[in-house]
Amino acid sequence: MNSRDIYHEMIVDYSRNPVNFGRMENPDVTHHDANPLCGDSIDMDLKIDDSVISDVKFHGHGCAICMACSSVLTEITKGKTLDDARSISKDEILGELGLEHLQAVRIKCALLSLKTLKLALYKYITEHMAEDAGSLKDEAAGLY
Amino acid sequence: MQANWMDIRHDFPILSRTVRDGRPLVYLDNAATTQKPNQVVDTITDYYRHHNANTHRAVYALAEESTELYESARDKVAGFINASDRSEIVFVRGTTEAINMVAYAWGRANVGKGDVVVTTEYEHHSNIVPWQLLTQEKGASLRYIPMDDEGYLMLDALDDILAEGRTKMVAFSMMSNVLGTITDVEHITSRCRRAGVTTLVDGAQAVPHMRVDVESLGCDFFAFSGHKMMGPTGVGVLWARKPMLEKMRPFHGGGDMIREVHKYESTWNDLPYKFEAGTPNIADVVGLGAAVDYLKHIGMGNVRRHERELTAYALARMADVPGLTLYGPRDPDRRGGVISFNFADVHPHDVAQIMDEDGVAIRSGHHCAQVLMERLDVAATSRASFYVYNTKEEVDVLVGALRKVARVFKLE
Repeated sequence: MNSRDIYHEMIVDYSRNPVNFGRMENPDVTHHDANPLCGDSIDMDLKIDDSVISDVKFHGHGCAICMACSSVLTEITKGKTLDDARSISKDEILGELGLEHLQAVRIKCALLSLKTLKLALYKYITEHMAEDAGSLKDEAAGLY
Repeated sequence: MQANWMDIRHDFPILSRTVRDGRPLVYLDNAATTQKPNQVVDTITDYYRHHNANTHRAVYALAEESTELYESARDKVAGFINASDRSEIVFVRGTTEAINMVAYAWGRANVGKGDVVVTTEYEHHSNIVPWQLLTQEKGASLRYIPMDDEGYLMLDALDDILAEGRTKMVAFSMMSNVLGTITDVEHITSRCRRAGVTTLVDGAQAVPHMRVDVESLGCDFFAFSGHKMMGPTGVGVLWARKPMLEKMRPFHGGGDMIREVHKYESTWNDLPYKFEAGTPNIADVVGLGAAVDYLKHIGMGNVRRHERELTAYALARMADVPGLTLYGPRDPDRRGGVISFNFADVHPHDVAQIMDEDGVAIRSGHHCAQVLMERLDVAATSRASFYVYNTKEEVDVLVGALRKVARVFKLE
């Protein structure tokens, strides 16, 4: 992909004005993750009512791709049941922003937030629902 | 003069290749590693094709040739940095290994509980982490010479630290790999000598770009890497005065560094072999010798003059780019050709990716200098760094690509 395709209006706008950006008061679960080599670093906070994700926020810092994908992910996630949120795929996120052909070196920027979400859900389900959510952990590890 | 620099580019085939849909490569990551001229590549190939044998051991003709080639590279390096004795040149893997060697072999014998090791806020991780390992192990402490907002060291702080009387080592770089700041080496070494404190200079960014005379610098240890001065990767140099090396215990034990080995004790080989355990990186040392020949042919004064001119030109042109923050000294006489910058709130990885589209290779990230990033209060920077083969036309391409970033991110 060349930069004209990557840095289109939507990515630049989301990165300059991320949505659902900030800290949540009293989240039901929160998770932090980072890409040590490029320095992208985010926290994701979730509010969960009756197995529905009623609110999502993220904060931290990262490149335009990381910020745009995190924004889109929070929009997709809000209002979903835990089961539906669990099954959000990387293709869904990349497809939403036209990043299907992003080169390998940048894919971790795009998928950091999805990895963080999956690990947050794993944490919540394991702690509150006495369910086995081990597959979420494997999925998170296998994203990139 | 300009014609000469264009001639130099013919020695580097990589500089005339294209990248990303036929864009001419504009290679501006020379602080990370430089390109290698044909003369260096051919010397290494010729060594493997015609002279390869282990050094210092066998008596046959080939071994004599490889030993002669290896040792003549040592003479070339000694001459290049004006070392008074060839046995003061120890070949290592690079600057990182050289500093670790000093922290281990010198540090463990000379730094104890309550002692102080001093470094600076603009060091590369390779001149911080070895001292952290040492001081943590010994119960000593690590202190920093702070940096002002323009990127100069605040050297008065060193006087205060030295006055406390516990400092054993002051380790600092001759040129910052992020800001390009040239350190006043003699200011530091003269004070340390008066206080009886040992000094180590990280010359990785200096030796490739300016004349270095280790005799007049007044330091005790001096380290640099081959691959940042047109030589191959995997070879570097530790220089130290002979009495210092004689007192030091070995770093690695093994072949070639011993005189005699018995079941429970050994004696050490002469300098510098005491510090060159195992089969050395013969071909790359020979290649480094060819790089030294190449740089001497250009003349280090010419290298510095050309890069100073490029840096002054780039700083002036970059000042007009909207949204751009430049880090480091404004005075091209006090800095090398390393320019770090940020674009408002745009992440350096996005900057580097957009510039790559125009064939411009710059670095983005923390540049192995996270202490400095903290001091600048940024997560990362973008960095363009020049070498003698770069041209004003390439600076123009750089500036054009920077303007494109400003357009994409609506900073205009």
